[in-house]
Amino acid sequence: MLVLEVERSGMFTTVQDLGRFGRQMQGVPVAGAMDAPALRLGNILLGNSENAAALEITMTGPTLKALSGAACFAVTGAEAGLSKNGSPLPCWTAHKIQAGDTLAFTPPRGGARAYLCVTGGFDVPLSMGSRSTYTRGGFGGHEGRALRAGDVLKTGAWGANILWAECEGLACPPALRPSRSPAAPLRVIPGPQDDAFTEEGVQTFYSSEYAISSSADRMGYRMEGPVIAHKEGADIISDGICLGSVQVPGHGQPIVMLADRQTTGGYTKIGVVCTVDLGSLAQRLPGQKVRFEKTTAAEAVSLLKKEAELFENLRQLRAAWRSRPASSSFASVRGTSGALRVFVNGQPHQVQWEALN
Amino acid sequence: MNPRVLYTGDSCLVVEFGNSIDMEINARVQALRREIESKPFRGFIETVPTYRSLTVCFDPLRVPEGFDKLLLRLAEAAEKSETAEAAERKILVVPTCYEEDFAPDIEKVAVNAGITADEVVRRHSARDCYCYMLGFVPGYSYLGGMDPSLETPRLKEPREKIPAGSVAIGGKQTGIYPIESPGGWNLIGKTPLRLFDPARIPAIFLEAGMWVRFVPIDAAEFEKTAVLAALPDWKPDIRAETARKEVG
Repeated sequence: MLVLEVERSGMFTTVQDLGRFGRQMQGVPVAGAMDAPALRLGNILLGNSENAAALEITMTGPTLKALSGAACFAVTGAEAGLSKNGSPLPCWTAHKIQAGDTLAFTPPRGGARAYLCVTGGFDVPLSMGSRSTYTRGGFGGHEGRALRAGDVLKTGAWGANILWAECEGLACPPALRPSRSPAAPLRVIPGPQDDAFTEEGVQTFYSSEYAISSSADRMGYRMEGPVIAHKEGADIISDGICLGSVQVPGHGQPIVMLADRQTTGGYTKIGVVCTVDLGSLAQRLPGQKVRFEKTTAAEAVSLLKKEAELFENLRQLRAAWRSRPASSSFASVRGTSGALRVFVNGQPHQVQWEALN
Repeated sequence: MNPRVLYTGDSCLVVEFGNSIDMEINARVQALRREIESKPFRGFIETVPTYRSLTVCFDPLRVPEGFDKLLLRLAEAAEKSETAEAAERKILVVPTCYEEDFAPDIEKVAVNAGITADEVVRRHSARDCYCYMLGFVPGYSYLGGMDPSLETPRLKEPREKIPAGSVAIGGKQTGIYPIESPGGWNLIGKTPLRLFDPARIPAIFLEAGMWVRFVPIDAAEFEKTAVLAALPDWKPDIRAETARKEVG
């Protein structure tokens, strides 16, 4: 277990897991990591549950001091300028941290949000089944709010992750990181209210460039650009708003609804951004340009399958890393711990071992 | 109208039953919700019922027969979903203090309706209200069935802070503010119940398809109930009754 004190909070640092599911029917927003694949990859790297809570760091990162204990950590998502005790360290790599160490960040290059994952995850109380912070409602995460200087956080028990230290040095290769190119178009599945727009309106949406406005946060990204024309009006009888919905209110400017969106709303939705492209949007900043490209649900699902291969490949890489031969300086020790995959009735299982002293 | 199943992204489908605020339509939404929840398919995550539609959320990589098949199955289930209202109503009793301190706008509602404040209380608590859906903020219920004579325009200047538990009228609708929030509705009372308490299990008692019964209480009763309602093991008064009060 590791205990960390927040020396500086950074711009907006919150505890997030993959989100709060099952209560949307009662108006409780999902919240959760804006770049969910970055969180999942960080947790896989460390051998955590993929849903383990991490710190979502927005632009300016925090300064954190380890008060006691030890753990491994990894920073994923946007390439933050990470340093430990003043020495720079690579992101997407598992490092060790122990009592006395200080982590600091400089603003990320080519992205808006980085994730600080730790072995065991951040241990904040579960609120309605999730550790995600929903700041507007003041619940979840650390006291329902963004971190402040003086906050103390601890990591969770190892649980099954007794070999936590084994991941030190393991890196997620660039090929296994999801593409976050700021120029990539956002692919959109039309509906459910695409028929509320004129043909020209739909044409405008898919052929124009939109700029992310200054009001772009965890709830949604407002865009500015050519007006999308409705046939009759922008109001509908309130309807569910799923992640990535592109709402177009009466002013004709699209708003992409994200993690902290309200569960229902009364504006027409011209389409929904594919799940695989949401992380890419979450990494963009106000002023950056966005284009929307029409796709189909089937295509979006096949893209998700491709993305799932990244996770699976990293899991295998991690299993291989753990079962690698002991380094030469410990040649005589030879395999004090490791892991291998075995198949039982066609189902993959992981066997871990560790020498007991 | 026949239900329509529409894509809403790669991880949700929405079943639309109509395009109006109507109890018959909403009853079909709730029936499909119960149907799916009682026999969840692999990969099912949750549903979001609204006035006239049901959004079904799932993990598209875990859905057994694929996206398109699921779409067809949902459409079939929607066709079959009953329109008949459940014989039994589940009613959440909401004790409400309509006394002056909690009701800064009750006089305005009374003047607008041409009745006394006492008559506003009587009419507001005389009918059970139907919870069509929850949304907007955690625990906020969209209620139908308020006595139409109480219709009152919203405030010209919304208040910045309305305390949690406030019972209000905005236009034709009545509602309860579950958390402190800004708002432009007329405040006619306050309930000591905590409609949303993230530290409690369950955090929210109301569900779509339930009914709300406002029961007038005095300030002393309010204080007493407020203390009890803050206890972790406190249980609200939820009754099952056969339909008796009509929605106007």
